[in-house]
Amino acid sequence: MFKIELKVMPRKGILNPQSTAVKNGLKAMGYDNVDNLEMGKFMEFTIKAADRAEAEAYVEEMCKRLLANPVIEDYTYQIYQVEGE
Amino acid sequence: MRFGIIVFPGSNCDHDCKYAVEYLGHTAEYLWHADHQDLTDYDCIIIPGGFSYGDYLRAGAIARFANMMEQVRKFAEKSGLVIGICNGFQILLEAGLLPGAMQKNRSLKFQCEYRSMVIENADSPFTNTLDKGEVIQLPIAHGEGNYYIDPEGLSNLEANGQVLLRYTTPTGEVTDRANPNGSVSNIAGICNEERNIFGLMPHPERAVDSRLGNGCVDGRKILESIITYRTEKGGVQC
Repeated sequence: MFKIELKVMPRKGILNPQSTAVKNGLKAMGYDNVDNLEMGKFMEFTIKAADRAEAEAYVEEMCKRLLANPVIEDYTYQIYQVEGE
Repeated sequence: MRFGIIVFPGSNCDHDCKYAVEYLGHTAEYLWHADHQDLTDYDCIIIPGGFSYGDYLRAGAIARFANMMEQVRKFAEKSGLVIGICNGFQILLEAGLLPGAMQKNRSLKFQCEYRSMVIENADSPFTNTLDKGEVIQLPIAHGEGNYYIDPEGLSNLEANGQVLLRYTTPTGEVTDRANPNGSVSNIAGICNEERNIFGLMPHPERAVDSRLGNGCVDGRKILESIITYRTEKGGVQC
C-alpha cells in the first residue's frame, strides 16, 4: 500500500484572490515581512498498488481527471510505501 | 419547444428555469443527473445554477462526471443547444465543453446584485434577438464567477467572436469598476467555437417576470433568442 500526500496549488502568475486576502490580512496585523503567500489544497490518501510506478500512474490520472484543474492549478505529490494489504 | 433542465443534488435554479420557459409559453422538463436518458428530442438543454455536489473541491468539478453530462456532451456534439447558467457555466468549464476556469470573486464575497452588460456578438443562437452593442441588465448571484483563461485562449475567444456578454457600466463602457468579480476582460458569458454551447454567470431566468426583482425582463431576450433560433432555423413548432 502507498500513502500519497498531494499538494494542489494555484498556477504561478495567476492572481489568486484567497491568497491575496490572507496576505493582506497578515500585513494588516503588522506582519510586514510576509510575501509570496500562496494558498492551495492538501490531500492525503492511500492507494493499493503492486508497485510505486502503478501508484504513481493512478495518482496522475486522478489529478488530471478530477483533483486539479490544469487551467488554474498545478499539483505535486509524495508517495510513501506503508504497511497494509 | 421542449427544454430539458438537468437537476443535480444542490441545483437551486432549476425551478426558476422551468418557470421562465413556461412563462414564455414553452415546455420544460426536469432531467435527473444520474439518468442516462437520450436528449435527442429536446430543443435546448439548460444546466441551471446552484451548488451541485456542494461545490466541493471546485465548483462544477464533481457534477461534470454525472451520467447526464455524458448525454449532454453527445447532444452538443450533434449541434444541440446547451446553456449553462451560473453553476451550469462552471460545470461546462470543468467538463471542458467551454474553455477556461473559474476562481473565487476578487472581492471574496458572494455578489448578489443587478449588473449591466453589453452584447458583444448578436450572431449566436443565444443573442440573435438582441443587437450588438446593446446594454442589458441581469441579476448575478455567485461567489466564483471570476473567469480566467490564459492570454492565448483569450485572444482566440475574441478573434472567434465567442465572447457574447461583457460586464459594463449602464452606458456600455467596459471599465474595471463595472467588473463585479475580476473576470478577465470583463467576461460575463462565452460560447464555444460552434456557438451551440453558451455559459454565463448572470441569471436570465430571474429576469423574465416583471413582478420579480426590479422589474427587469432582459432575461427574456436570451430565452427568446433560443426560441427564435429553433423555431426559425430548426423548423420547430411553437
